[in-house]
Parts: sequence; C-alpha cells; structure tokens
Amino acid sequence: MSTPVAYDSKIEGNIIFTKLDSAINWMRKNSLWPLPMGLACCAIELMATGASRFDISRFGAEVMRFSPRQSDVMIVAGTVTYKMALAVKRIWDQMPEPKWCIAMGACASSGGMYRSYAVLQGIDRLIPVDVYISGCPPRPEALIEGLLRLQRKIEGEHSFLAQKPALSAALA
Amino acid sequence: MLIKLEASAATKKDAAAIAGKFTVEKQTEFRGELTLVVTRAQFHDIARFAKDQLGYTYLVDISSVDHFGEEPRYEMVYELQNFERVENLRLKYTVSEDDATAPSVVDLWPTADWHEREVFDMMGITFPGHPDVKAVGHLRRILMWDGYPFYPLRKDFPLAGRDSDTPDVAFSRVAPLAGGPFVTAPSTGDTQEREPRSREME
Repeated sequence: MSTPVAYDSKIEGNIIFTKLDSAINWMRKNSLWPLPMGLACCAIELMATGASRFDISRFGAEVMRFSPRQSDVMIVAGTVTYKMALAVKRIWDQMPEPKWCIAMGACASSGGMYRSYAVLQGIDRLIPVDVYISGCPPRPEALIEGLLRLQRKIEGEHSFLAQKPALSAALA
Repeated sequence: MLIKLEASAATKKDAAAIAGKFTVEKQTEFRGELTLVVTRAQFHDIARFAKDQLGYTYLVDISSVDHFGEEPRYEMVYELQNFERVENLRLKYTVSEDDATAPSVVDLWPTADWHEREVFDMMGITFPGHPDVKAVGHLRRILMWDGYPFYPLRKDFPLAGRDSDTPDVAFSRVAPLAGGPFVTAPSTGDTQEREPRSREME
C-alpha cells in the first residue's frame, strides 16, 4: 500500500502533499463522536470502554454525544426490541452524513439469544451496519477493535472522488 | 424471615372466615402459604373482605395462567399480603375462554392498575372495571405497543412470534429459531469455544 502522505523535510519545509480524501478521512477517523445507543448490558461494557482503564479517547472517540445532530457513529449496544426499533431508526435518520453504525454484541447484530416475538433480529434489518462485534457482551477490547476496523474502513472511503463527477457537471 | 413449614393459626382463621362467608372450591397449603380457589362472581367481594376485614392491605402480584386445552382455559392468581403479620394468602379463580373477563380490583389496591394491564397485554383477559376502560374505552397495552394484535403469553402463540404492522409505531416479524450468526454451541469447551459467534447450526 502506498503511503497517503508524501513529505520530505529536506526539500519541502512545512508543506506536505496529500489527497483531499486522505486528509479528510484522516480527520474523520480520528475524531469519531459516538452516539451511545445503550439498550442493554452491552451499554455497561460501552461505559467501561469510555472509562479510564480502556480509555476510548486514545482513539479520538471519547466524545459521547446524546444529540444525534452532533454524532458520527451510532454504537447500538444491546437488545433492540420492536418497541424501541423505530425510535432507534428515527435517531439514526436524525444523524447528519457522513455517519456509521457499529452493531455491538450478539443482540444488536442478530437478536442474539432472544429468538422471540418482542426482539428485532438484528439492527441491520432497519439501518445499515458497518461493523459487527460478536460477544455477549463483547469485552471493551472487542469494541476498541471494532472501532479500529471502522477507522480502517473510513481510511478507504472516496467521498470526494465520488462527488467529483457531480462537481464537474455543476461547474460546466 | 424463617421459612415457615405451616401456615399460622391467624392465617388459617382468615381462610376459614372467607370460607364461612363465600364459596371456596378448594383450599391447599404449601410451605406455610394458603391458596384458596374461589369463584369469579364472588371474587371482588372476597377481595374487599380480605382487605378491609382481614388486613390484607398489600397486593403483591396478579398473574394469569393459560391451561390451554382445558375448560375453563384461564386462571387468575392474586397474591395478597398481611403487612402486620407478613403472611401471604393466595386467591385463584378460573376464567373461561368464551367470557375472558375478570373483575378489576384497582378500586381496592391502586397497584392493580399496571398488573391488570399486563394480564390484558400478555393473556388477553379484559377488566371491564379498570380505570383505562372508563378513560379511553379499552385497556391500554403496557409491555407491547398499542395496536399490537396478539397476546404473546397464550400457549397457542408461537415462541417465534407473528408478523404484525402498526404504521409509525412498530412492526414485528417471525424470529428464526435455529441457526444464524452469533449462536452458542453447547459443549464442554472453554469460553472461547462457547462464546456466541458466527456459525451455522448443524
């Protein structure tokens, strides 16, 4: 893989060359603001991940926002009942783009052990999920691993490249 | 509190007082707790008598049982407690499927409000005297959402659930009961092996 940033201190001084996508993605992935959609026991592990022992702020994701308008990644932590499902969907719809979703734990990913009349069998039936984390509940390390996977996924996005045709059409 | 092996004389006297005034079809005792099987028609009067005359001021719980395939199909169970003696008295009566209604006791114990709504929500037994009926004309659901068409705790309701749609409120779909991602495999292995993870069942 070629490095996204080219910098030679001898000849370039304070100037670096990079792609706009790389720079934007670098900023995005290191300042993910999670929306803690804590619905069951996974939320306890989510809190532990935010606390000092595991310290999710090492990865720039410590700013838990309870307002969907200010958050980038929804961490669905716990059992999504049908009664709660449309509320989760509504909050997801209120989040501005770009946005990502982590399904934390067996319940959010697939309904888990709740094969029942009351539980949605995976939040991916309502909203698109970027990263699934197995475990019941997953340990904080697993959530951090999920976050790192999401960061890797964001690195590879081509949001500006994808907008280029539309931009050139608008300028023409 | 010690586990009682026999009901106290006072509780037995209470049961006898109820049997003296009302019809008691059956009386059983288990580990110091008395259970009286009474009739639906007399139940509200019995409840009032137990609360006002016998001192059972606390309604611990109301539950319902589905004896599917038997007639009468349903059974209501009321757990009363005498607060001064800290002793329980259980009252039961049967409710038929054709007339699945029960007398409300919200006027005696306000805590019965949510208990009766739960019985309605899960089992479909209605309480014509409930305050919801006076306020909005029907009982409101409490665990499921308003508009959900089924009664999930009935024995003829499948564990996987049924499809339903309540626009803008909620929907429900049949849950798969085998296989899929994140299943546990029963084994004598360590936690690594038993942890729910992505695998298909054999």
